[in-house]
Formats: sequence, C-alpha cells, structure tokens
Amino acid sequence: MMFRGFVREGGVGVRNYVAVICTVGCAAHVVRKIVEANPRAKAIIHHQGCCHVPPEISHVEKVLINLALNPNVHSALFVSLGCEGVSAEKVADEVSKFKEAEVVRILDEGTSKAISKGSRIVEKMLVEAEKMKREEVALSELKLAIKCGGSDFTSGIVSNPVAGKVADLIIDNGGTVIFGETTEVIGAEHIVARRAASEEVAQKLYKAVESMEQRVIAMGVDMRKGQPTPGNIRGGITTIEEKSIGAVCKAGSSKLIDVVDYGDIVKERGLIFMDTPGRELEVLTGFAAGGAQITLFTTGLGVPQGYPIMPVVKISGNPETCKRLSEHIDVDLGKVFYGEESIEAAAKRVLKEILEVASSKKTKAELLGYEDTVEIYVRGPVI
Amino acid sequence: MSKERVSAIVVDKKDNVAVALSDIKRGDKVTIRIGEKIEELVARSDIPFGHKLAIREIPRGEEIIKYGEVIGRATRDIEIGEHVHVHNVESLRGRGDLKKE
Repeated sequence: MMFRGFVREGGVGVRNYVAVICTVGCAAHVVRKIVEANPRAKAIIHHQGCCHVPPEISHVEKVLINLALNPNVHSALFVSLGCEGVSAEKVADEVSKFKEAEVVRILDEGTSKAISKGSRIVEKMLVEAEKMKREEVALSELKLAIKCGGSDFTSGIVSNPVAGKVADLIIDNGGTVIFGETTEVIGAEHIVARRAASEEVAQKLYKAVESMEQRVIAMGVDMRKGQPTPGNIRGGITTIEEKSIGAVCKAGSSKLIDVVDYGDIVKERGLIFMDTPGRELEVLTGFAAGGAQITLFTTGLGVPQGYPIMPVVKISGNPETCKRLSEHIDVDLGKVFYGEESIEAAAKRVLKEILEVASSKKTKAELLGYEDTVEIYVRGPVI
Repeated sequence: MSKERVSAIVVDKKDNVAVALSDIKRGDKVTIRIGEKIEELVARSDIPFGHKLAIREIPRGEEIIKYGEVIGRATRDIEIGEHVHVHNVESLRGRGDLKKE
C-alpha cells in the first residue's frame, strides 16, 4: 500500500505547509495578522511560553521545535514577543538544522512592522514550498496518531474497535501508530500493559497513569464530570474505568513498543504510547509534535476539531450522529453498529480514506477550516 | 449487533449490564443479545439510548462488569431491568474525595 507525500529530511509530509508559530501566547495577534495576509500559511496559536517553572520552559521549547519539525511543515516562522521565557532563537536554530526557520520579534520593531516583515518572510517561504511535488511512498512512512473524543457508548463498541483494526493494519505494513490520553488509560492500564514489549515499557505506562491519577487525587475531589465529561455521561458512560476500557481498544492488538513523553518525536516504528491528557487541544499538539502526519479521530458525539498542520480524519459508529453531523464525519460506520458491516471491512474502508487524505484529499475539518484546536500541555503551575 | 435488531446488547458474557440500542421506556419488554442468545426482561426504569441496564440483581457494593472488566461499584441495590448510571454507580479511580482513608 502506498500514498503520495512530500519527501523531506525527517519524514514524509502529507501536507506542505508554511507554519507561523507564536513562541508565547502574547504574540498570537501578530501570528493571526500574518496568516490573514497569507491564507495558505498555517497559524499555530497556543497560550504557553512564559511564566513557567524552568523545566517547563525547556518542555515548551521542545514542543515548539518538534511542531515545526513535523513532516507536514515545509518551513516555519516563529513570532516572538521578545520578553518571554522561551528562547525564540534557540527554537529557530534547532529547527533550521532541518528546514528553514525564521524569527520576528514584536518588541524590536512594533506590531505593524513585525506583521509586514513576517508577511514578507512567509510569502518567500510559500514560493519555495510550492515548488515541491508529491512522490509515491510506502505506507510504512506513515505515523498515524489515534485519538477518541466526544465519546459515547458507540465509541467503545464500534469506532474504537475499527480504529484498533486500522492500527493493526498500519503496523503490519511497517508503519507507526501513536496513541495517548493517559487519563483514559486509568482503569484499563492492565489491558495495555499486557502487550508491552518489555517489563520496562509496562512500568513506564503504569508510572504515567499513576502520576496522572495522583495529580487528580491531590485535588481532593472525585474526578467524575471532569472525566468522563458531562457529554460522555449524557452519552451513557458512567465512570472513567468504563471510558478507558472502551478507549484503549482503539490502539489495536499490536505489541506496545515504547512509552514516550508528551511532544517527543517518535523515532521507533510500531505501536507507541504518548503521555498526554485527554483534552483535544493538548493531545493533537502532542501528536503533531511527535511527528504524526495524520490523526484518526473516533467520535460518538460527532465533534468537529481539526489541527492546523495535521489532517484529522473523523470516524463515528453512532448512526444518528453520522446523519445529523455528516459535515464533521469523514467515514460513517453506522452499518457496523447495526451489524451490517464487519469491523474488518470497515477498517479497510477507513485505511483507504486515510491513504487518500495522505495523498491530498481534504478532511471534513479541513473543508470547514476548523483548525484552532491548539494548546501545549504543561504539568506545572503558570506563575 | 445482529440482522434482527434487538433493543439492547451485552458486550461480554461476564457482564452484569447490557447497553440500550434505542430509548427504552419503563415497563417495555427488552430483547437483549448475549453472544448468540437472545434474552428478554422488563425495563424497571426509562433507559436512554446508549445507557446501561442491569441484567442481574446487583447488590450495593458489588462490582459493575462491562467489556468483561470492572467499570465501577454499585452505590445501592440495583434490580434487574433498572437503569445503571451515575446515580447508582461510583468509580473506584481518581477518587480524591476518599483521600482521608
């Protein structure tokens, strides 16, 4: 199986974007204005980058670097305010080892000039980017992330099992699958750990889950209503354990090769777990920084999120959702719900869609332009 | 999940709850698929689409089993055919409210 992508150092892109990234939330205005002037460029607007404790400053820098290094990104402009905690120079220098990266600083020349200077840089980058052509590459070049969001009871019995089969097919063909959402492993860690490639990998998983649960417990409350969310509860999910057990089947049945930290670039092939929270904004950013070219997103409630530099393919096994919210859903799995299509046949259909999206087909979220779902996960306080 | 559409399914044979595949009203006769078998019971409460109902008596303190795994614990006695959800089931995880013990 093949797809047509943009071959570059560090992986094959399924898109060929110029990314305009704020190094700190306070620079978001200028990013937005530059992208308004150059609509083919993609804005990555988050709200971190300053007033973190020191280890987290490095963590945010790592995520910014790795976002720009995503294979879907051709080149990147970082927009800095100029007084923030993260170093825009350090971030751009690291990225420029692999691809073009520039910095504009708002406090150096003022907002208006930073916008016009940034726009000129982006225009040039777009000209360079658009010289690239797609080439045929093997499916093994694909790093697919899998996430579930807006889950209801159909997620655990239809869309997540279908995603699990897709994961198995990709890994059987030499590709990589990343899943995360540590919160949604609480109560199901024993099921995932059984498949760990080594005791060390199993322990890493248990540690990530325990650390997440301890931070919840430290708040002195029952986590219910935070997770599962009110929408999950309305959909029939009663406890985090129920949500988790339904969620982990989206990772399929392959051996778990490694557990990586949030936003680390995934280097090994096979099934990889990334330590992330459950919320879309942070999960999608973590996967994009990890190098995923596409996220497969299972949803019962039919949520619409995309991501600026990474196509998000939505599948749903809730027939009512697929009808009502067809503008959000790329692959309708309603027939699986009614037992009229097998999980295996549906998985082949989903994989075909993924390969078409990898080769240029636009996702529903891309058609809607629904792509501001961006945040960088930080574990410590904003100070 | 079968060609003849049942009103609820049991995901794993160890489960003590079924999942409603349509809105079920109190007093309705519910047909439930358990593997290859179809069983019937009477709903003792309204059960919305996608929510769970008890297929066995579940005394207070007993585990709720779905997917063949523990998903929580009954906070009161639950009768056959009763809605099983946040009003009568608690989670065993992420319980900062129980920290004092």
